[in-house]
Amino acid sequence: MSLSPNQPDGQTNATLDTFPKLLLNHARVRGNKVAMREKDLGIWQSWTWSEVSDEVRALACGLAALGFKRGDKLAIIGDNRPRLYWGFAAVQCLGGIPVPLYQDSVADEMAYVLGDAEVRFALVEDQEQTDKMLEITEQYPALEAVIYEDPRGLRDYDQGFCTYIETLQARGREFHSQHPDYLDQEIAKGRGDDISVILYTSGTTGKPKGVCMTHHAFIEAARGSAEFDGLNDNDSMLAYLPMAWVGDHLFSYAQALVTGFTINCPESAETVMTDMREIGPTYYFAPPRVFENLLTQVMVRMQDASAIKRRMFDYFMDVARRCGAEILSGNKEVSTRDRLLYRLGDFFVYGPLRNVLGMSKLRIAYTAGAAIGPDLFRFYRSLGINLKQLYGSTETCAYVCLQPNGDVKLDTVGIPAPKVEIKIADNGEVLVKGPMLFAEYYNRPEDTAETMNAEGYFLTGDAGFLDEDGHLKIIDRAKDVGKLSSGAIFAPNYVENKLKFFPHIKEAVAFGHDRNQVCAFINIDLESVGNWAERRGLPYSGYTDLASRPEVYDLILECVNQANRDLVDDPMLSESQVHRFLILHKELDPDDDELTRTRKVRRRFISEKYHDLVEALYSDIDEIHTSTEVKYEDGRRGVIEADLRIRNAETHVTEPLKKAS
Amino acid sequence: MKERAIGEVILDLKNISLSFGAMRVLNNISFDVRKSEIRSIIGPNGAGKSSMLNVINGVYHPQEGEISFRGEVRKQMKVHEAAGFGIARTFQNIALFKGMSTLDNIMTGRNLKMKSSMFSQAIYWGKAQKEEIEHRRKVEEIIDFLEIQAIRKTPVGRLPYGMQKRVELGRALAAEPEILLLDEPMAGMNVEEKEDMSRFVLDINDEFGTTIVLIEHDMGVVMDISDRVVVLDYGRQLADGTPDVVRNNQDVIDAYLGVSH
Repeated sequence: MSLSPNQPDGQTNATLDTFPKLLLNHARVRGNKVAMREKDLGIWQSWTWSEVSDEVRALACGLAALGFKRGDKLAIIGDNRPRLYWGFAAVQCLGGIPVPLYQDSVADEMAYVLGDAEVRFALVEDQEQTDKMLEITEQYPALEAVIYEDPRGLRDYDQGFCTYIETLQARGREFHSQHPDYLDQEIAKGRGDDISVILYTSGTTGKPKGVCMTHHAFIEAARGSAEFDGLNDNDSMLAYLPMAWVGDHLFSYAQALVTGFTINCPESAETVMTDMREIGPTYYFAPPRVFENLLTQVMVRMQDASAIKRRMFDYFMDVARRCGAEILSGNKEVSTRDRLLYRLGDFFVYGPLRNVLGMSKLRIAYTAGAAIGPDLFRFYRSLGINLKQLYGSTETCAYVCLQPNGDVKLDTVGIPAPKVEIKIADNGEVLVKGPMLFAEYYNRPEDTAETMNAEGYFLTGDAGFLDEDGHLKIIDRAKDVGKLSSGAIFAPNYVENKLKFFPHIKEAVAFGHDRNQVCAFINIDLESVGNWAERRGLPYSGYTDLASRPEVYDLILECVNQANRDLVDDPMLSESQVHRFLILHKELDPDDDELTRTRKVRRRFISEKYHDLVEALYSDIDEIHTSTEVKYEDGRRGVIEADLRIRNAETHVTEPLKKAS
Repeated sequence: MKERAIGEVILDLKNISLSFGAMRVLNNISFDVRKSEIRSIIGPNGAGKSSMLNVINGVYHPQEGEISFRGEVRKQMKVHEAAGFGIARTFQNIALFKGMSTLDNIMTGRNLKMKSSMFSQAIYWGKAQKEEIEHRRKVEEIIDFLEIQAIRKTPVGRLPYGMQKRVELGRALAAEPEILLLDEPMAGMNVEEKEDMSRFVLDINDEFGTTIVLIEHDMGVVMDISDRVVVLDYGRQLADGTPDVVRNNQDVIDAYLGVSH
């Protein structure tokens, strides 16, 4: 994003190389424009850029008065609150490093991160987080002060250790009047290659690692994406995802400070939907599950609507399904009749629906973090919502690939973002290089070295390939990708996702590495299949019973067949069609160590635990008796016994790669 | 845990007896409530707990005994007087306006504090407008306190039971009471809802210094959060004291666990 030519004091992209400098610049250039909003006691409160800059100054000076020095770290913990965002800027003014933590972590996890990052100060939201900090001081005495943002219930706490943010800001204002030049000098000392933030990885594999990002990396990523999508200071964004997550830092902090758009903080995590309708953001980010929940809500409410409305909805949704996504992409081949019908549908159905979802003003919506189902993706696009995917990781500022407007493919994550180079390694791993790369893992030089190759490429750990138009397609984690005995590539996660996109299938586990064909375990979605069974008058006593019904097997077989038809179209993955499957007699459960806490399947563990079932899949028997030990939530153990059936799915002969004619 | 300032006696009940016809519901009950404490009344079904609460806020008038509130002795207290004195309550069976939103339900709790005439309220004019804004702010603070922002506009009838209980608590709080009477606020709740509710009761006590008189079946909750407990059984007073004292009282153990004859 290039700056408008007449910047005060001759500022350019090169001189505005840190976030505090950007903030001061906004206060001068668009001082009266709204920078932040927060809903408090039911009313939206707003702060202009010059007010934000004042508040940040007071907070920074307050921290300085508290003894915060260049290089010190401030932990930031809580829901998305303007004052917590000010904390980032305030620390960066002083040359310190903010370390946001996930607010729902337990004290032990927080203690680890605080210790690992050598944090001395913490800025937290409320009593809940303050209590955690107090608990942590026993194992981590280096924590010197806690600043809280919401004073409820904290009046009687030790005010030497805990400080109310407004008290600190008052001290800061006093400090500023005594040392009027101090802060400006500190800000001027900041350089683009200083570390601007340490974001911790979620730690699904091993202990969390602190990813050190520079101002330069985040500013470049924000400028690149702003340019790519034409973001400007009239845009408006809802800040509701965890502040410790790289996506929120890019969207709600870096991009806001680069472009000067407004961020809006919802009242609470439960009110996000209502708040979104009131604000009507123009720019939006959500992980796939949010889009999925919204769709479910719409569908459930439509079932309660009157017959006329329902018929209208169904009719126009058919129209949208047929041509909506094409019209949005600017495809010229849509017939005039369909265009007219779509216009009509827009008036009667899509427009009001967008309004209910709070997406009326939406120009650009992004999703990332997990694979999104093609039907789900198409649904939103066909409503005229410009939903796109992006690809990135904490180490790359969540900025590697973006889908360009008008050229969105359902199963790729788009083209390399501006200034990003992509290379596919021989083992299929995606390698990236560009200004947005992280500096290092905090205090872990070996880990840092491991993820960088000699040419300065970052090893993403994801396997994928570039298609003929240069769009990147991610198929799986590189370490999970295996080979069938025929030598064809086997990406279990890709197959599992294909299956999981069917609402009736909750989990799937695909096997195939070093085997002659792909087979799968399937967990049905109790809610969805239960509902289906209820409508058909099929009685069942519980999961195990329902999962063993032949009718349910037929239902799932249909899904597997459909997935196979999709897979055969993809020349790279056509041999990954599922040949045989069984429906597991119990739901995979983190309590039984079959899933991680973030609900990812632990494939190796499962294949060992259900060794007998895997062997049965690769034999030619159709039925097997099995018994499994389960753990209940209270720690008791029990045994589930069941007779499982194994079914063959329809597979299609893969033709040798067709020549493009 | 920090010390809470528990003050002097503000509600003193002496030798209270209540009968309905020949049925003796309360028999010579005496206890007091100190400012800013959490005082619980426990006992098996039919012990007279709810009757006791009804006596305190003036729904029932005891045949014998006297109640003194802030040093003033009175034999009978009318319901609206009780409210005016700063006593608010919630009910064992939820008594909310099902068709009205959470916000409006809590707003009704402010009724007593409204000074402008019904007419000026109806046309939303002059003083009434300013007053309404002030009351709305107060109600919003309660909504924030009880973390029910998401259901602000939802008709109460559509809410799950646990949430309705919380709204009812909000309405009682809206009267800014000095004493809050809670009649089985955790009945029918699951463990998580109970924990939330206990947290709110403690927070209310802590944040506003509200005196709380609590009737509750769940012994675990009572023993955890109460400062003092009085135990009733078939209208008789079995014990009175701190949770530890009550827990070890032989009569209480017999009444709760049964005794072999």
